[in-house]
Amino acid sequence: MSTQDRNGTEHSRPRRPRPRHLHRLVAGAAGALALTAALATPLDPAPQQAEAKAQESDKVLTVAVAQSVDSLSPFLASRLVSTSIGRLMYDYLTNYDPKDNHTIPGLATKWTSSPDQLTWTYTIRSDSKWSDGQQATAEDAAWTFNTMMTDPGAATANGSFVANFAKVTAPSPTRLVVKLKKPQATMTALDVPIVPKHIWEKAGDLSKFNNDKTFPIVGNGPFVLTGYKADSYVRLKANKSFWRGAPKFDEIVFRYYKDQDAAVAALRKGEVSFVAGSPSLTPAQAASLKGEQNIKVNDAPGRRFYALATNPGAQAKNGQHFGDGDPSLLNEDVRHALFMAVDRETLIDKVFQGHAAEGEGYLPPRFSTYFWKPSASQELSYDPAKAAQLLDRAGYKKNGDGKRVGKDGKPITYRLLCHATDPNDKAVGQYLKEWWAELGIGVTLDCLDNVTDPWLAGKYDLAFDGWSVNPDPDFVLSIHTCGALPATPKDIGATDNFVCDKTYDALYARQLAEYDPAKRADLVKQMESRLYDLGYMNVMAYPNAVEAYRTDQIKSIETMPSAAGNIYGQDGYWSWWSAVPAASGGSSSGGLSGGAIAGIVVGGLVVVGAVVLFALRRRATAEDRE
Amino acid sequence: MATDVTSVPVEETAGPGAGARSGYVRYVGGKLGGAVVSLLAVLVTGFFLFRLIPGDPVKTMTGGRPISAAQLAEYRREFGLDLPLWQQFTDYCGKALTGDLGTSYQFRAPVIDKIGEALPNTLLLTGTAFVLYTALGMFLGTRSAWRNGSLSDRLNTGLALTLYSVPSFWLGLLLIIVFSVGVGPVPGLFPTGGMETGGKEGLAYVLDVAHHLVLPVVTLVAVEYGQTLLVTRSALLDEMGSDYLTTARAKGLRDDQVRRRHAVPNALLPTVTLVFVNLGRTVAGVILVETVFSWPGLGGLFYQALSVPDLPLVQGLFLFFAAAVIVMNTLADLVYPLLDPRVGR
Repeated sequence: MSTQDRNGTEHSRPRRPRPRHLHRLVAGAAGALALTAALATPLDPAPQQAEAKAQESDKVLTVAVAQSVDSLSPFLASRLVSTSIGRLMYDYLTNYDPKDNHTIPGLATKWTSSPDQLTWTYTIRSDSKWSDGQQATAEDAAWTFNTMMTDPGAATANGSFVANFAKVTAPSPTRLVVKLKKPQATMTALDVPIVPKHIWEKAGDLSKFNNDKTFPIVGNGPFVLTGYKADSYVRLKANKSFWRGAPKFDEIVFRYYKDQDAAVAALRKGEVSFVAGSPSLTPAQAASLKGEQNIKVNDAPGRRFYALATNPGAQAKNGQHFGDGDPSLLNEDVRHALFMAVDRETLIDKVFQGHAAEGEGYLPPRFSTYFWKPSASQELSYDPAKAAQLLDRAGYKKNGDGKRVGKDGKPITYRLLCHATDPNDKAVGQYLKEWWAELGIGVTLDCLDNVTDPWLAGKYDLAFDGWSVNPDPDFVLSIHTCGALPATPKDIGATDNFVCDKTYDALYARQLAEYDPAKRADLVKQMESRLYDLGYMNVMAYPNAVEAYRTDQIKSIETMPSAAGNIYGQDGYWSWWSAVPAASGGSSSGGLSGGAIAGIVVGGLVVVGAVVLFALRRRATAEDRE
Repeated sequence: MATDVTSVPVEETAGPGAGARSGYVRYVGGKLGGAVVSLLAVLVTGFFLFRLIPGDPVKTMTGGRPISAAQLAEYRREFGLDLPLWQQFTDYCGKALTGDLGTSYQFRAPVIDKIGEALPNTLLLTGTAFVLYTALGMFLGTRSAWRNGSLSDRLNTGLALTLYSVPSFWLGLLLIIVFSVGVGPVPGLFPTGGMETGGKEGLAYVLDVAHHLVLPVVTLVAVEYGQTLLVTRSALLDEMGSDYLTTARAKGLRDDQVRRRHAVPNALLPTVTLVFVNLGRTVAGVILVETVFSWPGLGGLFYQALSVPDLPLVQGLFLFFAAAVIVMNTLADLVYPLLDPRVGR
């Protein structure tokens, strides 16, 4: 180039075709397209080849999800999205009735326990087949449980269900026998997917086998998994020979929307049939969808409780105390006073904007069998004046500045552990700051991305706490027993909040050994009463499950409980199994519609036209100058 | 003087240009050596940096789940966390040098597999956007500088600055509302998120991915092209008053020839630096845009890894991102002498 310039040969050379810019642009565009195609084509994965092509007439139900699948192996999966998909792929021994959560048959048609309550015999149904045609038998269930009992890798997700198992055998294809070490009332609530032995015994190292490479995945649930691509989609085909009856939709697709507003936009557009949010739609999202044509917002009593946890003095099983919880909180009056200064009604109105119920007992009211609420004399209702009296009585009086002082003479300021990602925690925290300031107590909000570490180390005074409750409440009750404490301060226990109370423990042991449902429910309520009186766990609210679906795609769908319940993350497969397509069919594929293709073509033509015009204009200008 | 004297015969023996060649070789050697040292520094930093995150990763990972002490010990053994720190470090370095970045805690899969799954998706998105915003930025930047002060320059610069300041997630959401859902007469032409519908093969699959690609690419291009535009414009403005351009014009060259053949090549160096830096960044993904458009790329994976924290995945991605930037910067260093022979002498 420089040689040409120096020699001034540019003018003598034949003029290069002027639209070089056009060539470059076209070449650039072609390059970009080639890059797109080249990169896109190898992405076409082998699993996709195995996927059956969706027929145009297929009724597809599309669910927007945000949570990544941790594993599709039932032995490893612990996230809600993964276990929910596991529910669709594999049958469990028993299921829960969607109406009222009572136990009903699953893979087992009936079950009995021996007089000593240590042997359980399940009759396995003979009309359940694996999707590869083989019969599902008791041998599959025995293999599943035995593998969890003997292989630590297979105990990763559900090991606690078999911790009390002594032996599991399958004397015949329809008979499963489980021998226990001690009585266990939760034997009809074993939430363990039963897997086909003939497939899984070849899986190799179960601690690393994610069950996500070869499709379709052999199962016996209402749906068969036919395709999965991390953080893109999970596809399941209806199992037409499912023993309870075939699902009404031909296919269900879980599609990823990491941004909840984008998921709501997808619902509004009709690209997805259902949005649940994580765990709920925000009040603003729910409000914007309400009244929208063809969209129904399901604002149902939730299965969660939202509580204030008080550090009871973190301790290990070996008796060693650790952490640095404020000693004033060991006084029951102080704990009660704090809760009596919480105006739960205001929290429901202002923070949850009506999408929650006021907290009472430990377990949410939707689990009617176990729901308990305090009597009028027992209730710690909102009463700031009485709260102040309780603090005075406990010896924490106000100083000249109006601050309550501890035994060390210093003003009390509690550290309140909150989840940085949860807007409710922050909002409720501000209210608590204000209300407790009137009592003379200071609050520092410790909002962290990772609350687990200070929590496990007992380095907090108070914390926002919440759990989803199963139809069988054993788990959420067990996390407050002394047995759940860590062995030493260096270990992790199954404890939630280091609560350890002998009366509570005695009741826990009795309910676990009680096979009479009514008597067990009564014992559970006594436990809730004891927990309430202790004041270490104060339930402020039961947040609703707020979710939405398109009525022009889903004609009807089962909630759980049927009367007023949630759809996503049920204990069972009821929602997706029962969903009936609307006359207009499933969700739009989200693929290239005629309009979209036209749009792209028109857009492309406009761009090319603009480039050509631009190049011509430039040529004209340059030539004019010459 | 003595040095000069000895250097003369060498020059003569080797012939003209040999000094420049040996200078270039030294230059290249220095840059490659620097890159290797940087990579080693990243390897070491990556290991220790993420161990400064407070807490026990196994406790965090299993927090809230009932777990026995035996299971806990098994996790620690499985992930090598029961070993002394120095041993963990030597294991990590040894394996990293052979391409083994460990196993993700949360996904129970090799880190290299997780990166391999997400990398093509990220490259598709950021690579396409990179080509487009670099071309657009350079093209508009050149024109803006050449017509410095004109209405089109002011409009171009103003728009570029505005878009460059716009938060990408906000722009993304706006595009979703307008072009995915549709507002008023604007029809909802594009998908609201994801990379594919699924269940498509061949050309239908390619078209489907391209369809999903439009809005995230437009968002990225809109937010990123301004930087290239401004750098190109500023570099070219510096050249505008140079005598050689006057000379070129005096020779009778057309205006756009003066621009393309004389001014732009000489003003290219800062832009080339930026292009290579951006090229290095393309593998890191773009967390916000990937999140808004639910694009299954490395940015989202990094976010998930950090939120656990999934140490092997965090370390692996950190190493990968840093290596990409180092490699690209080194490439830029190697290209400079070709563009400007003064560099590397």
